[in-house]
Amino acid sequence: MTRETILNTFLFLLLPATALAAFALDEPFIITLATKAAILALAGVGLNIALGLGGLVSFGHAAFFGLGGYAMGILAAHAQSYTPLMESPFLIEGTKSMPVIWLVALVVSALAALLIGALSLRTSGVYFIMVTLAFGQMLFYFAISWPAYGGEDGLSIYVRNGFPGLNTLDPLTFFGIAFVILAAVLFFAGRLARAPFGLALSAARQNAERVESVGLAPFRLRLVAFVISGAVTGLAGALFADLNRFVSPTMFSWQTSGEIMVFVILGGVGRLFGPVAGAALFILLEHVLGGLSEFWHIYLGLLLLLVVLFARGGMIGLIAGREVAHD
Amino acid sequence: MSLILLIEQVLNGVQSGIMLFLMAAGLTLIFGVMGLINLAHGSLYMVGAFAAAAVAAATGSFLLALVAALAAAALAGCLIEMTVIRRLYDRDHLDQVLATFALILIFSEGTRFLFGSFPLFLDIPSALSGPVMLPGGIQYPLYRLVIIGVGLAIAAGLFLLIARTRIGIQIRAGEADREMIAALGVDIAKLYTLIFALGAALAGLAGALVGAIQSVQVGMGEPVLILAFVVIVIGGIGSIKGALIGALLVGLTDTLGSVLLPLLFANFMEASAATSVGSSLASMSIYILMAGVLLFKPTGLFGEA
Repeated sequence: MTRETILNTFLFLLLPATALAAFALDEPFIITLATKAAILALAGVGLNIALGLGGLVSFGHAAFFGLGGYAMGILAAHAQSYTPLMESPFLIEGTKSMPVIWLVALVVSALAALLIGALSLRTSGVYFIMVTLAFGQMLFYFAISWPAYGGEDGLSIYVRNGFPGLNTLDPLTFFGIAFVILAAVLFFAGRLARAPFGLALSAARQNAERVESVGLAPFRLRLVAFVISGAVTGLAGALFADLNRFVSPTMFSWQTSGEIMVFVILGGVGRLFGPVAGAALFILLEHVLGGLSEFWHIYLGLLLLLVVLFARGGMIGLIAGREVAHD
Repeated sequence: MSLILLIEQVLNGVQSGIMLFLMAAGLTLIFGVMGLINLAHGSLYMVGAFAAAAVAAATGSFLLALVAALAAAALAGCLIEMTVIRRLYDRDHLDQVLATFALILIFSEGTRFLFGSFPLFLDIPSALSGPVMLPGGIQYPLYRLVIIGVGLAIAAGLFLLIARTRIGIQIRAGEADREMIAALGVDIAKLYTLIFALGAALAGLAGALVGAIQSVQVGMGEPVLILAFVVIVIGGIGSIKGALIGALLVGLTDTLGSVLLPLLFANFMEASAATSVGSSLASMSIYILMAGVLLFKPTGLFGEA
């Protein structure tokens, strides 16, 4: 086992261990924090597929996070007010069922990623960063000015959505759901990185011309990666909305995009478990520093600055050293 | 809708476009010469506005406030260039985005720590307040006309600086080949600091000028920063001319869209639905404009491939 594998195992067990310990000590708030870390890590794992594997610096992943959140918010709001979402040409009802909501969140954010990706991937480098940022802002302003679903105030859902056979109101159960999804997506992302598709995508990041010359289309590889990445982040958005039982345009804001990116970087770009480490550290900092000072973002900023300037592999890079498998 | 209202809105659009240009010019210069994407540019805008508000409150002089805005933003620019930004020129864009994102966090929270969360107010000087009568019977606020004039004068000055002066030659040479001009004996580190400070000062000035129309508060810089990004993506990164045209396009689309689109939809929809659809679409209009430009010219109107 390499040091990174040992570290990954430790990180993987850290979240459930924290949640179980909190359960034993009867600290539901800590369980909620662990759940939040798992969900934000999921959003980061999504971004990491585009950013780490594909080298696509998307500064607009809040778009997918928010779409996932609003998919949950809109469906659940219609279910709780017993009004159909749409009556013609055919009837669509709201729902409080998590699996259905997740599916809708995945499909909606994948479609949005297809559209945004198809346009943004025509550009590269710094244009790509700015264009994805602008698309995120476009949805942000749309969410603010569209009055049907709360506009600037957002939407509140009174009762958490249900999952067949489980009591989702129990914090530990909801943590379990979020963690199982995170684990499944981590497994999928790990497989994806080693699959022919992942290798080709990684090659396109390193040298697009060579990939093209062996007959693969970098644009198509990147677009598929962007769609997968957006869909995963969208799923995380739906879970995040369920955790808070609230959605608002803040989920679409550029700060959200920045924070998802921070999880990936704090942990280590392109490392499978980077977002898990980053999100856990972020939640820990928010909790510890936020308790010490109202202005904890200053310390977060300084830490981020130090990581970017002096510790380029992020936390995992610091502890486990340079990657051996690929780079 | 009357013609007078339309002309007023066009002037408003030009005014916001000119202020965007002051932001976008700095961003595009910094990107063109140093290859740096600077998210903290909005923080420099905020620094300018806060410095102006604080000095205006202490002295009562708007002119001193503007000088303070220029000086504070240029100084903050020099400081972050020499401590942080300098280390980022050779890094990839991801590192630049994150480091400057970190700077935003530090600037925003630092300002909140110093000035509190409540907005400050910067008053329009009495000599410039009140409306003026334009030919054709249009009443328009004098202050907005003045800042259009100031902005245009600065744009002209910037073009002259870049086209006619020794510094301008060095800036253009730096865009073309930085190793070469370093080899020819230009102190490249000093040149970079100077360009960064120039961009910062323009952003700070824009912050102070706009701060007198809107409120001065933490986080005021970021919406403008993102609009300025849209401007330079439309205009083409690195092109001052592109920044000017892009800024006017974005300013006009934004202002006219929010007035005209609801009216347009009112022609074939009921009033309340027209307002909501129109205003939603208006808030998206500049991004749609950007997407449209990128579809036809992925490097912007005046960008080089």
